[in-house]
Amino acid sequence: MTGALQAQSAETRAWYNVARHGDTLRLAVGGAWTVSEARRLDATLRGFDASGSTYVEIDCGALDRIDTTGAWLLLRTKRILESHGISVKPVNVRPEYRALVHTIDHECRAPPVELPRRHSFDAHLERIGRGLCHALHQGYELIGFFGHVVFETIATVLQPRRLRFAALVHQMEETGLNALPIVGLLSFLVGVVFAYQGSDQLRDFGAELYTVNLLGVGFLRELGGLLAAIIVAGRSGSAFTAQIGTMKVSEELDAIQISGLNIIEVLVLPRLLGIIITLPLLTFYSNVMGLIGGATMCYLDLGITLPAFLHQLQTAVVGWTFWVGLIKAPVFAFVIALVGCHQGFEVERNSSSVGRHTTQAVVESIFLVIVADAVFSITFSWLGI
Amino acid sequence: MSEVADQAVVIRVRGLVTRLGGHVLHDRLDLDVFQGEVLGVVGGSGSGKSVLLRSIIGLQQPTSGTIEVLGQNLADLDGDALIRMQIRWGVLFQDGALFGDQTVAENVQIPLREHTDLPQQLMDEIASVKLSMVGLPSDAAKQYPAELSGGMRKRAGLARALALDPEILFLDEPTAGLDPISAAQFDTLVRELQQSLRLTVFMVTHDIDTLRATTDRIAVLVDSKITIGTIGSLRDNANPWIHEYFSGVRGRAALTA
Repeated sequence: MTGALQAQSAETRAWYNVARHGDTLRLAVGGAWTVSEARRLDATLRGFDASGSTYVEIDCGALDRIDTTGAWLLLRTKRILESHGISVKPVNVRPEYRALVHTIDHECRAPPVELPRRHSFDAHLERIGRGLCHALHQGYELIGFFGHVVFETIATVLQPRRLRFAALVHQMEETGLNALPIVGLLSFLVGVVFAYQGSDQLRDFGAELYTVNLLGVGFLRELGGLLAAIIVAGRSGSAFTAQIGTMKVSEELDAIQISGLNIIEVLVLPRLLGIIITLPLLTFYSNVMGLIGGATMCYLDLGITLPAFLHQLQTAVVGWTFWVGLIKAPVFAFVIALVGCHQGFEVERNSSSVGRHTTQAVVESIFLVIVADAVFSITFSWLGI
Repeated sequence: MSEVADQAVVIRVRGLVTRLGGHVLHDRLDLDVFQGEVLGVVGGSGSGKSVLLRSIIGLQQPTSGTIEVLGQNLADLDGDALIRMQIRWGVLFQDGALFGDQTVAENVQIPLREHTDLPQQLMDEIASVKLSMVGLPSDAAKQYPAELSGGMRKRAGLARALALDPEILFLDEPTAGLDPISAAQFDTLVRELQQSLRLTVFMVTHDIDTLRATTDRIAVLVDSKITIGTIGSLRDNANPWIHEYFSGVRGRAALTA
């Protein structure tokens, strides 16, 4: 990249020379004083030594071309010399350069800004502190939003006419129906992998039939629900943030508000209820697809036929196993919708903010889903389920 | 027109046709921009002013016709030649188009960092020179674009456009969204910089005050065609849109002010 500029002005190089007459120093400059020459000039001019002189004349008569950078270099030299008590006078300045020199001399009174250098220790410490405060603030805001949404949900349940049915069905299609291919494929593949790894380990003990137990319990209790929730968080949680955030950027949220509509009711409830209805269904679907993947692998790898697989599955999946996985789904759904919508409202009015909050929505909702899963596990083991 | 005939032509557009979505936006346009002049481009919303600007700076492929900038046909340029051309012009986009994750000073330094090998200290100095040239206070340098007002963002965008001392400056609606006082200050700034840096300015605008304060000539885009003149000559134009624009209530008020 640097070649482009240098090649362009290679024909006239910038130069300067110094001549001394008694206590007068004559600094003659010439050639093209432009930004492409500035690197060479900068180093020598910064340390320009005029000691022993009381008067410096800058002779600009031989200048072919000068731009703001070149003019700044001359002006900077002049100011440095003047700060040492040497008087400086530019001479032979061509009339067409006067406006430029005047503009720079006149405008640039302020000392050059020193940009804060990043990556210093202090800056890192500050970032950690900022990050922590930001996270705490986000948590606080999220709890407030949670209360607001719960309040509106109850109000809507008590007055079902307020529910926007078309929007709800649309959200169910978006978050549920359209997610079927990806959830199905991934669950099937994870089932295959799970069965393969399980059978590999259990074969050493001659217990390969228990691969079915591993699959059944693993998928129904944990994996199916988590897989569905994580995919939905990535697909729909991010979409909620992006949709609401974009509406905020384009002032549509303000328009909704002043039209006397309830933002939570219009934007959040259809999404929240839609995902609460569809995520349990997706979880069930993920369970089924995972088991199909596992059964396929069991047949190919271990020779376990479908009837034998189903028989073993019935002995493994007893009592609460199936419901334990399904109960968690609405909670995961609530977390995903809450975080996704909340991040959407947090978007500031610039376009990069939408991207940042969308990423944050995905990370935060997956994090909270896994935290919720851990809480469920502890609770269930405490209850002895 | 005879006095400008012998001036060097910086931008030469010949037979430009732009068709967007089946709609003819430009119908065989011819346009010359002379060195050292300020050309204002006006036209109704959707008349293709911004598309014309984007075509000249190579962001929009014309359907047919040629565009020459600084004597070179844009369509022939690629790679290094195109970069060499791009550093000879600066563009101020409508809302500044500053990069939101960098401070104002860093934004101004982007072209310097990319196309020169100056030491950091000198780049800091140059950034502060450019920022004070466009009239920004020195503490704006450390701020992020989101922390600035619209007018300050435009000034910062102008500073970035001027970072490499371009020969041509493209301005897309420089005063849109500014209050009248800021707009007038911006007009003065553009005129002063244009004179001291000897820039050629190609400006798309709606603002009749800006036209009066800054431009040497005006190109009006009406019905896919271009009409060029000065404010004085365009006021007598027979085209109803041009007549309404310059002699309507707002035009008269601005021009007699």
